[in-house]
Amino acid sequence: MSQTVAELAYPMSRTKPFNPPDGYADLREHEPFARVRLWDGTYPYLLTKFDDIRAVLSNPQFSCEPNREGFPHVFEGRMVADKADRSFLRLDNPEHDRLRRMVTKEFTVRRIEQLTPRIEESVDRLITQYCQLPQGADFVEHFSAPLPTEIITFLLGIPYEDHAFFHEATRIQFGSKSTPAEVRKSLDDLFGYLDALITRKEREPQDDIVSRLVVEQLKPGHVDRLTLINIVRLLLSAGHQTTQNMTALGVLTLLQHPDQLALIKSNPEMIPGAVEELLRFSSVLHVGARRVAMEDIDVNGKLVKAGEGVICSIPAANRDPDLFPDPDKFDVERDAARHVAFGFGIHQCLGQVLARAELRIVYGSLFNRLPNLRLAVPFEKLRFRHDMFVYGVHELPLAW
Amino acid sequence: MRITVNRLRCIAAGQCVLKSPHVFDQDKQDGIVVLLTENPAPEFEASARLAARVCPSEAITVHDE
Repeated sequence: MSQTVAELAYPMSRTKPFNPPDGYADLREHEPFARVRLWDGTYPYLLTKFDDIRAVLSNPQFSCEPNREGFPHVFEGRMVADKADRSFLRLDNPEHDRLRRMVTKEFTVRRIEQLTPRIEESVDRLITQYCQLPQGADFVEHFSAPLPTEIITFLLGIPYEDHAFFHEATRIQFGSKSTPAEVRKSLDDLFGYLDALITRKEREPQDDIVSRLVVEQLKPGHVDRLTLINIVRLLLSAGHQTTQNMTALGVLTLLQHPDQLALIKSNPEMIPGAVEELLRFSSVLHVGARRVAMEDIDVNGKLVKAGEGVICSIPAANRDPDLFPDPDKFDVERDAARHVAFGFGIHQCLGQVLARAELRIVYGSLFNRLPNLRLAVPFEKLRFRHDMFVYGVHELPLAW
Repeated sequence: MRITVNRLRCIAAGQCVLKSPHVFDQDKQDGIVVLLTENPAPEFEASARLAARVCPSEAITVHDE
């Protein structure tokens, strides 16, 4: 029977901007371990059920190291960046935990609570500046991109003024159309930039994360320089790209669901729950999470053989009706707490407490400061980030 | 209800503190889970259970006795 089924190419395209590709629901029901074809002619499994995805992501016998045979590479350019990545994002244990624990103290609930006034200050100022622009100004360029960039550069001790440079690096390194040569050049430039930054922190350490990593980890020899550069690169790219897209897509989602927006405007205590629902509904990490089996592994009764690649679709898991009834409905009152928008297992997002704080503060103040906020172009004119590793909207022109 | 945590498995994602701050905290030095009470008061049992369910590294165990 499988011979009669048309070959599935991955990534699949979406027909509705807020929903995962149409085929996911069918696959979840009929073929939860579907073979999909990638650009390089390999056929990893695409997983679409919440329970299977959780089982894979929490199993240490599935590796996330991109240089292992069988690891699924979804874009050619991204493969180059993944294979060069020496951060803990792309390492298995025990090395993963050892490196991750060098920075976990920086993103605890308490540390992020202390940062709240700094985030509020940025949000207030950026809203004030935004509404002085002409009507129709791009919310991505003038708000959702600067906000997380200001915060992560402040935390890391990187000059905010350099943001155009590393935004461009992120665009190249996470774009589906980037060539290997473009990605290599961009990585070289970014590594050179971060190497120079680390040199400055070695000479003159300040009160920031990079300085603390230099003093506490690099100088005593707990981490080598290239690995440290990779860790800082990870914090910088993860710290701006994901939150930027989640912020803008979340604003758009709320504007398109006025009844839901009205609910959180009149009940601010609902905002934390609404943030979880927005994270579930949007699932901006729409490519992957990817793993490769290191031995034969039974996943809820299905045998995955050693060396086989697995793509755990985060958007599919977060729309599994077994866990989230009526999953395509955006409902800020639902219990979305178990979503896997930040991943699952040891690689779950390090910055999730920070991301939640930023989103909570934005959604809590933006719609009160600008009560007439609305789309300035027809919805159909918006360009969604189908072509990027992190989903979202390329531009978001708003009026207020 | 009794709670135990495995500090070696913990990855300091912080979800337990967000969901159940009366039962869980994080070590200042490394963000690793600190159990504030092994036997949560009845009003905190539901949130402690939720914390165990969302913990990404499955470092929290709920023992029903």
